[in-house]
Amino acid sequence: MAVIFQKPKALTDVKLHYCPGCAHGIVHRLLAEVLEEMNDDKNAIAAVPVGCAVFANKYFNFDAIQCAHGRAPATATGIKRVHPNKLVVTYQGDGDLASIGTAEIVHAAARGEKITTIFINNGIYGMTGGQMAPTTLPGMKATTAKSGRDPKINGNPIRVCEMLSTLDGPAYIERVSVATPAQVTQAKKAIRKALEIQKQGLGFTFIEVVSSCPTNWGLTPVKAMEFVREKMIPYYPLGVYKDITAEEGK
Amino acid sequence: MAKVLMKGNEAVGKAAIEAGCRYFFGYPITPQSEVPEYLSSELPKVGGVFVQAESEVAAINMVYGAAGAGARVLTSSSSPGIALKQEGIGYISNAGLPAVIINMMRGGPGLGTIQPGQADYNMAVKGGSNGDYHDIVLAPASVQEAVNMVMEAFDLADYYGTPVIVLADGLIGQMMEPVEFNYVCKKELSPKTWALTGKGDGEKHMVENLVIEASECEAWNQKHFEKYAKIEANEQAWEEYLMDDAEYAFVSYGTSSRIVRTAISYLRDAGYKVGMIRPKTLWPFPVKAFDKWDKNIKKYLDVEMSMGQMVQDVAYACNDKNKIEFYGRTGGIVPAVDEIVEFGKKVMGGDK
Amino acid sequence: MNTQRICCAGFGGQGTLSMGKILAYAGMLEGHEVSWCPSYGPEMRGGTANCHVIVSDEPIGSPVITRDANCVIAMNQPSLDKFVDILAKGGTLIANADLAALKEDRDDIQVLNVPANTMASQEFGSAKLANIILLGAVIQAISPVKVESVDDAFTHVFGGSKAKFIPDNKKAFEMGFAFAKNNK
Repeated sequence: MAVIFQKPKALTDVKLHYCPGCAHGIVHRLLAEVLEEMNDDKNAIAAVPVGCAVFANKYFNFDAIQCAHGRAPATATGIKRVHPNKLVVTYQGDGDLASIGTAEIVHAAARGEKITTIFINNGIYGMTGGQMAPTTLPGMKATTAKSGRDPKINGNPIRVCEMLSTLDGPAYIERVSVATPAQVTQAKKAIRKALEIQKQGLGFTFIEVVSSCPTNWGLTPVKAMEFVREKMIPYYPLGVYKDITAEEGK
Repeated sequence: MAKVLMKGNEAVGKAAIEAGCRYFFGYPITPQSEVPEYLSSELPKVGGVFVQAESEVAAINMVYGAAGAGARVLTSSSSPGIALKQEGIGYISNAGLPAVIINMMRGGPGLGTIQPGQADYNMAVKGGSNGDYHDIVLAPASVQEAVNMVMEAFDLADYYGTPVIVLADGLIGQMMEPVEFNYVCKKELSPKTWALTGKGDGEKHMVENLVIEASECEAWNQKHFEKYAKIEANEQAWEEYLMDDAEYAFVSYGTSSRIVRTAISYLRDAGYKVGMIRPKTLWPFPVKAFDKWDKNIKKYLDVEMSMGQMVQDVAYACNDKNKIEFYGRTGGIVPAVDEIVEFGKKVMGGDK
Repeated sequence: MNTQRICCAGFGGQGTLSMGKILAYAGMLEGHEVSWCPSYGPEMRGGTANCHVIVSDEPIGSPVITRDANCVIAMNQPSLDKFVDILAKGGTLIANADLAALKEDRDDIQVLNVPANTMASQEFGSAKLANIILLGAVIQAISPVKVESVDDAFTHVFGGSKAKFIPDNKKAFEMGFAFAKNNK
């Protein structure tokens, strides 16, 4: 019987612990597919976060290290400097990357550290149970902003791609989503492009994935994807924010 | 190799290179900034990597990554900077990875002062991060000993799979003394087959830190403590100074032990039978030295540049808290020889 | 020789630290135990700068000299006032006479007043080498190390592109040495 669909070899058989409708599973798979297609799962080392993806090391069938909260870009820097010819990837959520780890991501980007960061932005703290994230939208409810985020009280969300694209260190920055099949295809292309640029040693690469958290948003998986399309993406517009390979081609 | 006159901070940098360390991640802070300054120019010459990190927190997490990747790796700082590194030190300890951390201590707490201190004893020896863990803590009293201990630290770290802290102070960092570099690895080290290198055609490697099942986490801790028991059995180190006929013993380490050494010469001239047990390892604390000499000793005179952070360990080691007298200066003050002589005379009285 | 404890003090920029370094280097080249222990921190920027040098045949205990100094070299008045009391009985105070003087008569210590700034300015057009003139005076007065060892130390401390400074340094050293010899 012909196999028409199977798990990428770059994922293990460990059962994912993610909630129904969570996008982590999709993005894990995209990263695994790309690494397998590039024949680079054997050269990959992942730095995984504190957050829902804390066990990503168990799901990835390639080398990985569990990092302290927010520090994956620093830990990945240490790894990449020791193994400059390996593909080093950080996989981080919004609390990890845009709150407690802001310094680490900004400076890894500014140094032009030759790593790839995959940033899952779902606007909420998932693992700890729905607290406000740095990317929680104004008006969006969280257990630490019960009547909805009020910028006057809780401050404003951070648009990370826009912020990092002001720096000279990054080589490629793109914001994608996985809320439609077309977006999934584009997300995969973006991850592949980032890894290829890393392989060429051109600089820091960053892919933000606007994502969902049905459980902590209090929505069904289908409604959550609608929320991504209707509320999240207008605030976090998709697209390429920096691409030095395109600039070179001009 | 002929001796050269070197500042402690530069000498420890060179010692690391001689011991095969090619990676340094750090952040400037007085009085240790010559360590990163020196390594920023010297590491590239030997094909190594120097990164000035954005913070102490980032630096120690870069160390975590490089250690996980199988490298000999160093960071250095001084007290407030080491306080910031505690998170990463705990993670590296929990992962059982080798790394060397130099602390050129200054007076605290908080921002404190930039002058030399020894008030990070508890942070280093008792664990400044969360959870049950120990790191090996080496306490040099001269520039040469700092060099030797940095070299040895890499071997101990690799052998046991643990961070090793070299706990010196601003005086040792800033002082120049003649040094020579003769690195010989005294441990039989196994290849780091566990390191993150990309799995190639083999099995993947993981460096883990979260052990979410409590029973597994406890077992993980117990495994660490089997390792710590071996370290306590094998690695206690101390110097005995004029102990053979001593009825009183100073207990002092690092820079304060240097002042004590001079004070002892004056006290000996005055007829006092006094010596010194100088811990060279603070963890494991050299309990064996006390087992050996305790029956001869009437009182221990603990001298530190802190408010007495080592006293409890001395009390435990001699099993008699009433046998200890303490004298300390803190906040960046190095005690003068006369203060120690007076302290000695007060404790020993006419008991010559 | 048993142990020589020497304190070099002045304000930042007078070269007290390098004077001490040459002394320590010379001691090391002779095979002695040496230590060079500086003051550090904000003091160095415009304030006082001092270093304590010990040359000994035994392992050195306290690298900080708080008593029984054999020699204090004071390049300015605040340094003299601060450190004169750490001299041992019979110890030697060497004062940069242009900027420092002992205020009371003391018969328990030797005092050598060297107008090092004036001497340096006359010979070299600036006071920059006053520290080396004073170093010459120290070596003559208390002989902590041999003259030849200081010569050797110059070649180590002024290596490579700094070698061009050696002749003037040697000249300054000889001037201080001769001054001390003629003003006993």
